[in-house]
Amino acid sequence: MGKSTISKIPFKGTAEQEQKLREYIAANKDVQGSLMPIMQEAQEIYGYLPIEVQKIIADSLNIPLEEVYGVATFYAQFTLNPKGQYRIGVCLGTACYVKGSQNVFDKACSELGIGSGDVTDDGKFSLEATRCIGCCGLAPVMTVNDDVYGRLTADDVPKILEKYKNM
Amino acid sequence: MYRSHVLVCGGTGCSSSGSAKIRTEMENEIKKQGLENEVKVVQTGCFGLCALGPIMIVYPEGCFYSRVTVEDVPEIVSEHLLKGRVVTRLLYKETVTESGVKSLNDTNFYKKQHRVALRNCGVINPENIEEYIARDGYAALGKVLTEMTPEEVIDVILKSGLRGRGGAGFPTGRKWSLARTIVPDADQKYVCCNADEGDPGAFMDRSVLEGDPHAVLEAMAIAGYAIGASQGYIYVRAEYPIAVKRLKIAINQAREYGLLGKNIFESGFDFDIDVRLGAGAFVCGEETALMTSIEGRRGEPRPRPPFPAEKGLFGKPSILNNVETYANVPQIILNGAEWFSAMGTEKSKGTKVFALGGKITNTGLVEVPMGTTLREIIEDIGGGIPNGKKFKAAQTGGPSGGCIPAQHLDTPIDYDNLIAIGSMMGSGGLIVMDEDNCMVDIAKFFLEFTVDESCGKCTPCRIGNKRLLELLNKITDGNGTLEDLDKMEELCLYIKNNSLCGLGQTAPNPVLSTLRYFRDEYLAHIVDKTCPAHVCKKLVRYEITDDCRGCTKCARNCPVGAITGKVKEKHVIDQSKCIKCGACMDNCNFKAIIKK
Repeated sequence: MGKSTISKIPFKGTAEQEQKLREYIAANKDVQGSLMPIMQEAQEIYGYLPIEVQKIIADSLNIPLEEVYGVATFYAQFTLNPKGQYRIGVCLGTACYVKGSQNVFDKACSELGIGSGDVTDDGKFSLEATRCIGCCGLAPVMTVNDDVYGRLTADDVPKILEKYKNM
Repeated sequence: MYRSHVLVCGGTGCSSSGSAKIRTEMENEIKKQGLENEVKVVQTGCFGLCALGPIMIVYPEGCFYSRVTVEDVPEIVSEHLLKGRVVTRLLYKETVTESGVKSLNDTNFYKKQHRVALRNCGVINPENIEEYIARDGYAALGKVLTEMTPEEVIDVILKSGLRGRGGAGFPTGRKWSLARTIVPDADQKYVCCNADEGDPGAFMDRSVLEGDPHAVLEAMAIAGYAIGASQGYIYVRAEYPIAVKRLKIAINQAREYGLLGKNIFESGFDFDIDVRLGAGAFVCGEETALMTSIEGRRGEPRPRPPFPAEKGLFGKPSILNNVETYANVPQIILNGAEWFSAMGTEKSKGTKVFALGGKITNTGLVEVPMGTTLREIIEDIGGGIPNGKKFKAAQTGGPSGGCIPAQHLDTPIDYDNLIAIGSMMGSGGLIVMDEDNCMVDIAKFFLEFTVDESCGKCTPCRIGNKRLLELLNKITDGNGTLEDLDKMEELCLYIKNNSLCGLGQTAPNPVLSTLRYFRDEYLAHIVDKTCPAHVCKKLVRYEITDDCRGCTKCARNCPVGAITGKVKEKHVIDQSKCIKCGACMDNCNFKAIIKK
């Protein structure tokens, strides 16, 4: 927890996205405990939760922005920064860790030149150390968007990244 | 009627290795051969033996095909399904005998298992309510609503001895009984399900939701009737997309069939369920934090009392049980409290599902009666440690649990025995470690996790664990002193005794249990400045042996120029320059570089 950097990337939300969000809020604002589902939908629409979007949510629900920001920074799933075109996750759950996923993760860091939670300058890759994704039979595991790569060693990482660099 | 059924695993492990593509290919190939009216392809939940995925079982023969690829599909269709000749090379080796194919239930992996919570996983199509109903699904709900009073339901659950499968092992019946009686005039109550499986290395709840979602819905409705609630919430990890999808399908089907909603079984009982997605916070496994999160706020725990049975979700009396706990409930109602309490040990009844992972041959999900020993699970069911390595420890209970050494392998596993040997049941993650794992590093791994996941509300957890982690880092960096060990023990006890919630109260367990059983490893780090398992980077030395042929490859690959030597002569590593990246060792063709 405790990620609070505000995105320096200019907000590029469209009117269409805003309308979609406002419709969802209108339909759900009276449901008990609707703040998190609304924020999850907003992240689905925009890909992340910039301060502009948080303001829309706070105003529509008539709650302080601080409350929305508080929830956004509490949960690991919410991100205040846009993710890369290819989201890379290296599982650092226990089963993967005891089978050497730290080496896989370190290799991904050095290959991309970024750390966990960062995005490459060209916006192509973002990297995250994830928790157990539930396929411990394939440990150690790395994911790129929805593709899963299993039974890895650090040496496999450059080959996998190469595939996406040229896509 | 179909003459053959092909069951393809659609659990997370197998899906990750492409089982969906295999199923589509299977359907196409079957059509191509004109068998679509004779053979049916069914997507099921997890079979349990994830190490061999993707898995496919063909009935009536019961052939268990493992590590199937898309390329294998035409052969299975033309040989097995068309000509009736089993494709032996793809069979799970354990099932192949001289006289033919052995039943899966006779293999070491399945023989000692007893499936109650997982009974439908890998058997039915989880996206079809009729398959669940065909396996006595919703019969328990029918029985409860038409033949039993809420008090009788609670009594059966109490007598069965069922205890919470989420970690602490609180008696489920007592929880329900409190919620029924403590606020007699409550206008609303809630039934919650904890499906926010946070232990990094446990996936049993996920498999139940993916393989048998209706069992959880049915049990929640039974709980609703027992405590007098009309609304349920399932709080499930957003990272489990397949589970979320199948839950939503199941809820809609149950509503269509009148098994959720108004006036169920015309009994006048109303009950409905909504799904809420967790957003990645381990602390939300704690009951008050989870309820706060369903309310849409920061998931911070609050002091108890008042307990949720009195003041829970939205301030109303509520119960929270874990997925696996619920999965047992319909079976207990149908088969009776005695049937359930006949399994297990004196104080821990029934079965427990474990997610077996790490350095073990048969990675996967296993369900065994309480009281089974660790040795039976690891050696018989799990198939032992691969690559001829030696067992070092088994970790249970995730970040709240501890590491169990070889001397306790014959302890029968139940709630109380695990606590007595310094670990805990937890949700059921069981990670096996071998001689290549450093126990100080493992303690650090879990503590990094809890430090990261501490919500920050109370000081002992927020600051205490951070200081504890700093001491561990000092030791793995080679700067530790013997005094640090005493300091750590003192700090651990302070954190355990003073933290607000279960996260902080159990966070020091991995440190305490490794200090108890693997003190020699801590001493090696502190006194000898070595890491016996060669894991802690700062304490590892790379050295070149006499096998060096002087090919210069290591010197060329060293990023800091720490290796010198002439062609065809033995090279040397300058330890003062070495950053211990291991590039030299990875690149050496002659295995002439060793870690010390």
